Amino acid sequence: MIKVENLVKRFGNTYALNDVSFEIGDGEIVGLLGPNGAGKSTAMNILTGYLSSTSGSVSIDDIDMVEDPIKAKKLIGFLPEQPPLYPEMTVDEFLNFVYELKGCTLEKEAHLEEIIKVTKLGEVRSRLIANLSKGNKQRVGIAQALIGDPKVLIFDEPTVGLDPKQILAVRNLMRNLAKNHTVILSTHILAEVQACCERVIIINKGKIIADERTDSIVRAIEDGYRYRIKVCGPEKEVASTLSRINGVKSVESTGERDLDSFAFVFDSAKGVDVRKPVFNACASRGWPIIGLEAVGTDLETVFIRLVDAAEGVTEGTQRRRGK
Amino acid sequence: MLAIYKRELRSYFKGAIGFVFLTVYLVIAAIVFAYSNLFAMSSHMTSFFTFMLLFSGIALPLLTMKSFSEERKTKTEQLLLTAPVSLPAMVFGKFLAAYTVFGGAAIFTSLYFLLLIPYTQLQVGLLIGNMLALLLVGMVFISIGLFISSVTENQLSAAIGTIAVILGFLGIGLINNLLSSSFFLRYVFDAISIFSRFQSFTNGYFELSSLIYYLSVSGIFLWLTIRVYDRRRYN
Repeated sequence: MIKVENLVKRFGNTYALNDVSFEIGDGEIVGLLGPNGAGKSTAMNILTGYLSSTSGSVSIDDIDMVEDPIKAKKLIGFLPEQPPLYPEMTVDEFLNFVYELKGCTLEKEAHLEEIIKVTKLGEVRSRLIANLSKGNKQRVGIAQALIGDPKVLIFDEPTVGLDPKQILAVRNLMRNLAKNHTVILSTHILAEVQACCERVIIINKGKIIADERTDSIVRAIEDGYRYRIKVCGPEKEVASTLSRINGVKSVESTGERDLDSFAFVFDSAKGVDVRKPVFNACASRGWPIIGLEAVGTDLETVFIRLVDAAEGVTEGTQRRRGK
Repeated sequence: MLAIYKRELRSYFKGAIGFVFLTVYLVIAAIVFAYSNLFAMSSHMTSFFTFMLLFSGIALPLLTMKSFSEERKTKTEQLLLTAPVSLPAMVFGKFLAAYTVFGGAAIFTSLYFLLLIPYTQLQVGLLIGNMLALLLVGMVFISIGLFISSVTENQLSAAIGTIAVILGFLGIGLINNLLSSSFFLRYVFDAISIFSRFQSFTNGYFELSSLIYYLSVSGIFLWLTIRVYDRRRYN
C-alpha cells in the first residue's frame, strides 16, 4: 500500500531523512517512533505530499506522489500534530467543507453521519470549533482525516495534550480504524505504539534503526531476558541452584523477603528460554515458585538502547524486518 | 477550488473583516460621491473613481492580509496542501473570494451615479468604463495582496507590505508626470504604470493593451503566490 524508497530530505547541509526505505502492507497499523527531531514529522509530511523530498520516491497504492499528487492524496487521510481546524466554523460546517475540498463522491449525508458516529461528535456537531475541548478538537481532526474513506490514515502525535481518558478513547478509535485501513501512527510515546501498533519503525537522526513487529522487537534486540523470580526456599541454595542452570547468568538476590519466599533477579543468555529448566530445578527440590516475570524488557528500554546505540556506534547497524 | 472559494467568502463575514471592509468602502464612497457629484450637481466621474482607486489601494489589503498568512500561522494550510487540490486551484479560490467582496462593493458604489439620472444625462458608457477600470485595478491589488500574504505569517506585515507595493506601483505614475517627455524612463514608467492606464479608462478610452496589462500583472502575482507555495515544499 505504501512504498518509500531511498527517501532523502536535506535542509541545507542537514539531513532530516537519509536514505529511508520501507514498505507498509494493506491493513497494517505501524508506529513510527523516534525522539524529537528524529525525522518523523518530515517523513509524514513527505508521505502526505506536504513537503517534497530531495531524492527518493513515495508511492501510495502504486501511485507516485510526485507524478500524480492529486490521485495519491485522495488515498490519504492525514491528522497533523496540530489539527488543522478553522475555529470560526461549527463541526458540521467544517466537515462539509472538507467533504467538498476532497471532492468526495460518497453519499454526503450518510457518509458524514457515519463519521460523526464513529468519532462520537454527535453532541458537539453544532458548536463552534473554537469552543470545543482539546479532546473534541482532536476528534474533529480525526473526523476530517476519515472523510472520503481514504485507504491510508496517517496520524501525527494524535494524543498529545489529551487527558488519560481522552487518550484511551483516541487509542480505541485508532484500533477500530485499523480494522479497515492502513494506519501510520507517529509518536514518541512508546506505550501508544505498544497499545495500538502491530509493527514499529524506529527512526533516529533521519535513519531507520529498527523495523520489527512490536511483539518481537524486544526479543530481537535484547541480549537476553531479565527475570524476577520469587521462590519459597533457602536463599543461598536457591541462588546457587539457579546460577548452575544452563543459560542463566548473574543471579542476584534482591533482599526482598515475603514470609518464607525470597526474590531474585537473573539474566538469561540470548536465544535460550530458561523458564522450564528453572521450574524443573525448583520443583525437583520442593521449592515452590510463587512468581516469575520478565523485567526491564519493555519497548521503552529497547527504544533507549537502540537510540543510544545508533548515536554511539557506527551507522549501518540498522535492523530491518525480514533480513 | 469551489470549496476554498465558499469557505473563504464565508470567513469574511463570520468575522468582522468583510463587514468592516464593506461598511468603510461604501460609506467613504458615499461621502466622496456626495461632495464631488451630488452636492456639486456634477456627473463628472474622474475624481470619484480616481479617489476610489487610491482608497482601494489602502482598503483591499484588509481583505487579503490574512488569506495565506493566517493559514500558515494556524497551520490550517496543511489541510489545504495535503488535500487533493492543486496549488493554482487553492490560490485562485482565495483570489475569487476576495474579488467577489471587492467586486460587489465596487459595482455597488458605481451605481451611486444612477442617483443623478433625474438631474442630468448620464453617460452610461463612461460609467461602465470607469467601473471596469476600478474592477481591473482591484484585481491587480488583490493579487499583490495575496502574494504578500503568502510570504509572511503576520497579518499586519502583510497589510503594510501590500500597501507599500501598491503605493510603489501608483507612485510610478506620479513620478512619470514629473519626468521630461523625452526621457527614456518615461516610456518605461508609462508602460508599467497602473495609474496612467487607469486614467485612459476614466477618460472613456477602452484600450485592449491596458486590459491585457492588468490581466498580466494580476496573473504574474498569482503565479508568484503559487511559486511561493511550490518552493516552500522544498525548504
